[in-house]
Amino acid sequence: MANPIYTRRRVTNQVIMALAWAAAISGIIILALILSTLFVKGFAGLSLTLFTQSTPAAGENGGLLNAIVGSVIMTVLGTLIGTPIGILAGTYMAEFGRATKLTFAVRFINDILLSAPSILIGLFVYDVMVTRMHHASAWAGSVALAMLVVPVVVRTTENMLLLVPDSLREASSALGSPRWIVIMKVAYRAARAGMLTGVLLAVARITGETAPLLFTASGNQFMSTDMNAPMASLPVVIFNFANSAYADWRQLAWTAALLITLTVLTLNIGARTLSTPRSKES
Amino acid sequence: MNSNAQVATYSPAAAIPPAALRRHNLWDAVFRGATRAASVLVLLLLGAVIAALIHGSVPSFKAFGFGFLTSETWNPVTEKFGALPAIYGTVVTSVLAMLIGIPVSLGIAIFITELCPRWLKRPISTAIELLAGVPSIIYGIWGLFVLAPFLQKHVQPLVISLFAGVPGLSSLFAGPPYGIGTFTAGIILSVMVLPYITSVTRDVFETVPAVLKESAYGLGCTTWEVVRHVMLPYTRVGVIGGVMLGLGRALGETMAVTFVIGNAHKIASSILAPGTTISATIANEFAEAEGDLYTSALIELGLILFVITFLVLAAARLLLLRAEMKGR
Repeated sequence: MANPIYTRRRVTNQVIMALAWAAAISGIIILALILSTLFVKGFAGLSLTLFTQSTPAAGENGGLLNAIVGSVIMTVLGTLIGTPIGILAGTYMAEFGRATKLTFAVRFINDILLSAPSILIGLFVYDVMVTRMHHASAWAGSVALAMLVVPVVVRTTENMLLLVPDSLREASSALGSPRWIVIMKVAYRAARAGMLTGVLLAVARITGETAPLLFTASGNQFMSTDMNAPMASLPVVIFNFANSAYADWRQLAWTAALLITLTVLTLNIGARTLSTPRSKES
Repeated sequence: MNSNAQVATYSPAAAIPPAALRRHNLWDAVFRGATRAASVLVLLLLGAVIAALIHGSVPSFKAFGFGFLTSETWNPVTEKFGALPAIYGTVVTSVLAMLIGIPVSLGIAIFITELCPRWLKRPISTAIELLAGVPSIIYGIWGLFVLAPFLQKHVQPLVISLFAGVPGLSSLFAGPPYGIGTFTAGIILSVMVLPYITSVTRDVFETVPAVLKESAYGLGCTTWEVVRHVMLPYTRVGVIGGVMLGLGRALGETMAVTFVIGNAHKIASSILAPGTTISATIANEFAEAEGDLYTSALIELGLILFVITFLVLAAARLLLLRAEMKGR
């Protein structure tokens, strides 16, 4: 039985399959390592003052209130601006212009926007808004985030609407519904869960985005809800504090990192559970 | 026959008042117009980004011309700028990320499609996708405080002594072990591109018809031979598309790299030394940049990054589109 060819083939196979196992296990280990570090270092800084005080000056005590408020405001606004545009564009691609040149062009460009470096979006908004207003502002930050929401929502909206069977649309049309009612009351309703997943994924994405905020919303050491002024955000606080010489600033950076990661992972898992029943049906 | 007369009176055209029909037509037109406008807006967004980048880099281009691409100087004080160290760092970190990321991603994809017990499939896929969801700044802070010290203490001294006597490699892995630097940035990037390549590869692996695999297994092929000679040739275009997608991410990745690369504007022969990338330079210096020429040079760096990533991403999408056509 000791045919050398068989032995060689068997050994090669075993080695490579062992490597595949190792690759999968190392992937899990890395995720576990990142999460465990975050929990250990981040939990140490969790306290009530975190949510009641703004980021401190050097050597003082403080929290993350201004950054949390800023992140929430800009994320919500970014989502509110970006989502309608994304849903409308996705609707055009799936409902009105299914095989038109415009749809192909938008799909291609949208896929590129989806993976384009987000720092370039920051440069663009800086050029268009910040230089004209002569200072960073929360509006500029929100617009930069909205530009990251659009491609995610366009993509999921189009894909989810395309999954809705045409027979549903035909049945509705046959009952005499005009096109906009067919889309609003039949197509959207059938694709609702999937479209919501897309929005959640978009929110998850912009929650952790730092690069586009660095020079659009910039940062603000104090609590501010003025949309025309610079505004603090959790990711920018992490960026500014992580490298600092003060231990309590670094601690705040870790805690901010924990808050962001928990939010993002919750949104991701929420989006996943929403879309699961769908994928099982199909 | 009474029923005929009744059908006539209840016909839809007669039942709907003309005003309602007109209103519905109007709504249809408005809705259609709005959706179309939104699609055009998406196209315009990308166009506007390109226009803004070109517009912003004019002063720098006027001052340095094409020498910007080949100059190694980066001196804000004398206002002399060159992009070569940043371009070099971007390319080297991305190549490193691909060298490590591609085999590991393929391994995980093979594991998920061929080896994994059914109950484990979902948890593993979910874990890999969560890895994609972790924001890049989290990789940055983790890389700076956990990975870099670990590499500095345990991995880099080993690598340095290992290659010390080998010509060529000895200068590539020359000491001292800084911890932060091009090498560390490449490793962080390889972790970050892993989920993207894995998920595309897994998806295209799933499109291989079971009959093809079963025939190969029936002929006595080992799992590796099925992967190597049946699945990879069948899915080649899609796998390359996935790799290009990962490469596009690696080239443009900003925050994680900014934390661990060390931001040094020079081309070191050793990959263990600190360096910089295009995106890290912009992230680190743009907010503090004084003077129009400095700002413009940074925007021109952004334009170069845009051109590189656009080409890579466009190639990725075209390849994936071809793979999709084949999958149908």
